[in-house]
Amino acid sequence: MRTFFKTHAIIFLLALILPVSSHASTDKGVPDLVVEWDTLWHHMMIDITVIGMIFAIVTLYLMFKYRRRTPDEEGGRFRLSTLGVMGWTLIPAFIFLADDIFLAAKNFEVWQKYRNVPENAYVVEVEAYMWGWDVKYPEEEIVLTNEMVVPQDRPVMVRLKSRDVVHSFFAPELRVKWDAVPGMVTYLWFNTHKGGEYLFTCTEYCGLLHSGMYGKIRIVPPQEFTRWIEDHREKGGKI
Amino acid sequence: MSTAVESKTREGGFSLKEWIFTTDHKRIGILYLIGSYAAFAVAGIMAMLMRTELSSIGPTITENPNTYNVWLYFHGAAMILGYQIPALTGFFANYYVPLMIGAKDVAFPRLNALSVWLFWMGIVLALLTFVVPDPPDIMWTGYPPYSVITQGNTALYTFTVLLIGFSSIAGGVNFLTTIIYMRAPGMTWGKLNMFIWCILTAFIIQIIFVPVLGTAVTMISFDKYLGTTFFNASMGGTAVLYENLFWFYSHPAVYVILLPAMGIIYEIVATFARNNIFNYRGILYGGIWGVVALGGIVWAHHLYVAGIPDWMSLIHVFLTLLISVPVGLLMIGIVGTLYKGAIEYRTPMLYAVGFVFLFLIGGLTGIPNAMSSIYIHITETYWIPGHFHYVMALSVTFAIIGGTYYIFPKMTGRMYHEGLGKLGFILLFVGANITFFLTMVLGVRGMPRRYYDYPQFPEFEGIQQLITYGSYVILAGSVVILASWVYGLVRGEKAVANPWGSRSLEWTHTPSPPPPGNFKEVPQLSEDWSPYGYGNGKREEEKGEDLEPARP
Repeated sequence: MRTFFKTHAIIFLLALILPVSSHASTDKGVPDLVVEWDTLWHHMMIDITVIGMIFAIVTLYLMFKYRRRTPDEEGGRFRLSTLGVMGWTLIPAFIFLADDIFLAAKNFEVWQKYRNVPENAYVVEVEAYMWGWDVKYPEEEIVLTNEMVVPQDRPVMVRLKSRDVVHSFFAPELRVKWDAVPGMVTYLWFNTHKGGEYLFTCTEYCGLLHSGMYGKIRIVPPQEFTRWIEDHREKGGKI
Repeated sequence: MSTAVESKTREGGFSLKEWIFTTDHKRIGILYLIGSYAAFAVAGIMAMLMRTELSSIGPTITENPNTYNVWLYFHGAAMILGYQIPALTGFFANYYVPLMIGAKDVAFPRLNALSVWLFWMGIVLALLTFVVPDPPDIMWTGYPPYSVITQGNTALYTFTVLLIGFSSIAGGVNFLTTIIYMRAPGMTWGKLNMFIWCILTAFIIQIIFVPVLGTAVTMISFDKYLGTTFFNASMGGTAVLYENLFWFYSHPAVYVILLPAMGIIYEIVATFARNNIFNYRGILYGGIWGVVALGGIVWAHHLYVAGIPDWMSLIHVFLTLLISVPVGLLMIGIVGTLYKGAIEYRTPMLYAVGFVFLFLIGGLTGIPNAMSSIYIHITETYWIPGHFHYVMALSVTFAIIGGTYYIFPKMTGRMYHEGLGKLGFILLFVGANITFFLTMVLGVRGMPRRYYDYPQFPEFEGIQQLITYGSYVILAGSVVILASWVYGLVRGEKAVANPWGSRSLEWTHTPSPPPPGNFKEVPQLSEDWSPYGYGNGKREEEKGEDLEPARP
């Protein structure tokens, strides 16, 4: 039990010393969700791995130490006193409780960043349907299908709608996901400081072609994005 | 009347009619056993087909995604509604409870028969999935609006859930009454077997929450067939309502499954370590009742990204994390029971130990799911099936199979094949870990679940293939396990009344198999009796020969 407590104390201390990485951000003071998520994941993994290892090692030790040596051998001589019962109930309960509070607090920090969209975000509307995605640019008259083009170095906010059933917008490399629910407008946002192509795909079961419901997010330099928008204006928005 | 029927059968050999109309809790238990293992087998075949389909990108064994979706629907629905809940609250409850508390039968034997009939009707209805022209393809969660607008037969799903739900409520009423009123004289609340406490609390949860699921699934069929608009957004309804109702039952259902499984593990560990339960009171009041207290107020952790308000998510983050307190106490209880014990590693004990390790992985990987920020990335990916297969499919199946090995001599009067039993355990343990650990790995890397195909993730094909191979090892293990039972039934050596040297009533006071009425006389329990009373030197006094059934 004492070792259990000590290791937990160490995790707590580590968490106090290592908060730097969880405040990582891009140049403009916008949090980087990928780094935030990965850091939180990493801390949580250390936490559960340590608990798991302690449990596993203690179990293996007891399994070996108290194996039956003679067929008539019996245990059962060990009884906990009332104080022992209290101790073995309350102390683990408080350790777990402390860990829960710690994890909930960590979670809250990152959750705030996920749910508060940075002010200068570029807004895109995505409407999901069976089985594809319409990507609309509210300020332009542009509608793309299964493709999203967004400017680099500017956070992007996605407003999600659904035409028929519940879908879910998931971009694994950007660590974002949210459901598109009929009759509701939900939202998510992501960073774009690394250009390139990213996948987005549906993660709420929606029938026959659920697994074929995916598209590409292209993050392009701002100048290229402006040019792309102007191109489409000239063509009247249709592609 | 029933007793007369029973004794006639025992003399006259097998009679199907008397099995169907039986009111004997042991026979009803065996009917549950057959039904739930049959559901498990069919669900397992579906899993093998799905894994084979996923072993390569593009069509592998079926060209029609709908076929795959129906397999997946059936796999999920059958595993939970047809296999796990009936195996635990049907088979184990029926077989163990009256024997453990020293009762002749359950309180309402005919209600018990009704309960098993409803269950079998539910199984038959579920199997109609493979017969009807438009089988349900709505997953076991049945989310609207998809379940309302689909071509698939949502009514089949609704009625399967309703039948098995009614069966479960009837069982709940029956077992609560039995446990409260029919304990043997001298069996006080503080001396109950851990399993009895677990089944009692599981049924309390079940009775409270099943009606909510019944309501939810009835509402989707109303929407689909009668034109109501509970979940129709254009008419003012919302799908989020269903998601809330569904998980308001289906999260507590996890504890309906987990608690009896834990109870079985407690029995096995206490018996094979010949040790009293470590911290009985702490586990009971902190662990078991703690789970009951928290079980019903954590459902929204299934809905963090579903469009519920942020404040609701944040409350549920904390409440869900709190579940680690009672579950942690339950785990400490199992591991603590090994302390100063005398552990013998027979097959049931191997499964109990396997349970500890699988549940450790499954329980701890539940923690990220409780954390809403982490959840955003991992929900609806392979991480989730990986996690819940560890907690439910693997841990609980290890408890069910281990429990079946444990009760096998009592139930059949014969011993299973020990060598095959151990081999089956090793195969199952290895196969399960390959399959589901890799499933979690793939999930964190972004592979979404419920996918028939994955052309957008070509880099995952290698791991998908490994997962499929792992699942074949599970299949091999299952065949070996079945063989060890069949061998035991046909050629196994005769079992004595108490082959494990347990102190619990079902082993010490009744022969293997127990006769109708279970006990020759009502067991009278002394002041210092306990189902875990090891180490007091009374081993020699155990009754042996006089428990053997009188031959007609």
